Amino acid sequence: MWPIDRLRRAGPTPSAETPLILSGRIGNRRVVTAACEAARALGLLPGMPVTKAQAMVPDLQVLAEDTEADLASLERLALWLMQCIAPIVAVDPPDGVVIDATGTAHLHGGEAAMLEALLGRLTLSGVTVRLALAETWGAAHALARHTGPLTIAPDGTARDMLAPLPLAALRLAPATVRGLQDMGFQTIGDLMAIPRAPLTRRFGPEVRRRLDQALGASGEPIDPLRPTGLATTRRAFAEPIGAAETIARYIGKLARDLCRQLEERGLGARRLDLICWRVDNHAQPVRVGLAAPQRDPARLTRLLCDKIPTIDPGFGIEIMSLTATLAEPLAPRQASSPLEPAAPDVSGLVDVLANRVGARAIFRMAPVASEVPERSVTRVAPLTEIAEGWPDHWPRPARLLPRPEPIETLALLPDHPPSWIAWRGTRHRVARADGPERIFGEWWKREAETQAVRDYFRIEDTEGRRFWIFRQGDGEDRATGSMSWFLHGVFG
Amino acid sequence: MRDRNLALLRARIAQLEGDGRRVQGVLPFGVRELDRRLPQGGLALGALHEVAGGGNGTVDGAAAACFAAGIAARLPGPVLWCVTQADLFAPGLEQAGLPPGRVIHVEAGDDRTVLASMEEGLRHGGLAAVVAEVGRLPMIASRRLHLAAKATGTTGIALRRWRRQAEADDFGQPTASMTRWRVTELPSAPLPVPGLGRARWLVQLVRARAGECFDLELEACDGTGHLGLPADVADRPAAAGGSYAFG
Repeated sequence: MWPIDRLRRAGPTPSAETPLILSGRIGNRRVVTAACEAARALGLLPGMPVTKAQAMVPDLQVLAEDTEADLASLERLALWLMQCIAPIVAVDPPDGVVIDATGTAHLHGGEAAMLEALLGRLTLSGVTVRLALAETWGAAHALARHTGPLTIAPDGTARDMLAPLPLAALRLAPATVRGLQDMGFQTIGDLMAIPRAPLTRRFGPEVRRRLDQALGASGEPIDPLRPTGLATTRRAFAEPIGAAETIARYIGKLARDLCRQLEERGLGARRLDLICWRVDNHAQPVRVGLAAPQRDPARLTRLLCDKIPTIDPGFGIEIMSLTATLAEPLAPRQASSPLEPAAPDVSGLVDVLANRVGARAIFRMAPVASEVPERSVTRVAPLTEIAEGWPDHWPRPARLLPRPEPIETLALLPDHPPSWIAWRGTRHRVARADGPERIFGEWWKREAETQAVRDYFRIEDTEGRRFWIFRQGDGEDRATGSMSWFLHGVFG
Repeated sequence: MRDRNLALLRARIAQLEGDGRRVQGVLPFGVRELDRRLPQGGLALGALHEVAGGGNGTVDGAAAACFAAGIAARLPGPVLWCVTQADLFAPGLEQAGLPPGRVIHVEAGDDRTVLASMEEGLRHGGLAAVVAEVGRLPMIASRRLHLAAKATGTTGIALRRWRRQAEADDFGQPTASMTRWRVTELPSAPLPVPGLGRARWLVQLVRARAGECFDLELEACDGTGHLGLPADVADRPAAAGGSYAFG
């Protein structure tokens, strides 16, 4: 789908309802190389002659394919992925990008969250995307193309997940696949079951090699995309290194080199990639993010050294390279003045914590202009300045439950607080109460809340515990809510 | 003469148990009844303190959070607040005196990460206070935290909070913290009109290094983080305040 998506994103094309196919040449024949969703629905598939397609669908739109532009555009996508997802990214023509996500999921809040965010962003920008995460390139390639739009194969399950997939998933030449099918092999599982020698004698080493690569029995290094123009520095070692102290020492040296380069360009790093190439040709990437542009070698070293335990040196590391994948202008400025003591700089702390617990797990709470309590708070980046808080006309609880919990009550309608509530199996007699505070649904934003009303009460039970409860609806009109009661927060 | 001897003795004890560094000052609560019972008249800065709720408060920790926010609010500078459960409501914190512009929140997956984040915050030195909501606080971890706090002068508050009320027995285990507080909600004073007055807490100092334990009925934090002394308690004779020595 990539060539179609690229054309649709690049310029004005007829509406998505008009079927669109791309034509290319195989020998003397003009064949369909790509077909859009609408065309596929009409039965047009890649590989069929263009004339046949035109005969089947009268108002079909046919454009010539442009493989080079597709590849260039795919490379740009890969570059973008390198900047925002992981340091080791390579183009997997004709329509794939392979990402080595080792050591980077922590910046995105875990693997599943990372993939979901990526799926969302690519879909929004008009790219039909299918994602899979697996232990090997081969397995991820197969799962992405032959299972749902988002597949995660946990470690050790690649074998079971690959077994039911068709042979075409193995990156084999079409002729080989046809040959295997003639012999009665249908799925990858069929191939796994038979000994390798006869298979190799009949079809050559390719079949078994692809299977080994998919199952992780043989390695398949990714040759990463290296864009020019980034501040980067590398060191090759005559003797492979492996000890944590040695790695730390060289990280310090690389960081100093990199900071010198950044200083010459007037830049500060926002994202750093350290790639350790092992003697067995495996790359061990480490990525750290910074909340604000930095070029202080000590601080960069500290962040990278925190990640040393995640580097597996194996039989030794022979090359280390450090790249500032994302850099922003950073002008030198006066740090402090005797007249005005500087505010404490917490960006260093934020960086250390963000790289330890994840960038999403460190935040500030900022006010949102919304009356609905759960919508009145949003999480913003930890270095954002927040000038104003919330209007404090009404007391607000210290703890707000993630979602309101239904409670049993005995209350007089329409505007009396309950005389008792039962929450989580405990009954509380209400000694004192305050309210109601009426909160209307955001009818200007959400259709469903046109009439919705919540009446909030603060209640205190006989032991002095204070709760924030509300009744859905205004107590008179059923259209405003179901009249059921919920507990929403606990006061301190 | 007696005061001087006491001061000398205190200095000597501090020297014995510390790393030679002087105590970094105290933060008075601004309530005379409370301050006069604390060693040196306030909460020691640059130290680890523990706060927990009582009763159901061991699970939700709402009053304890307000108490901690009130302490942090009266210290100048940013505050780091580390949690495992994301149920802290920032408008509520603001009403205890801690505006959103001063707090950086960290949401970690488990207690270990929370403690590591807290230590990182304490070692940074630029923060006013670090609050961490943890369940288990082992002796070794608390000692590390206390030393980190001492080295930079940042105040650490471990807000003890458990998943189940039964686990709250853990609060009896020894730790290296300077003081240990328990904050329990009490019924507030009835108003002449329907409504709710200022919340009232039973603030118990369960353990204090080089100090006496006591419990005191106080009014909850106001918008600036200050506690108040209820009028009916203020009028009571001092002996009825509930002071008792160790145990």
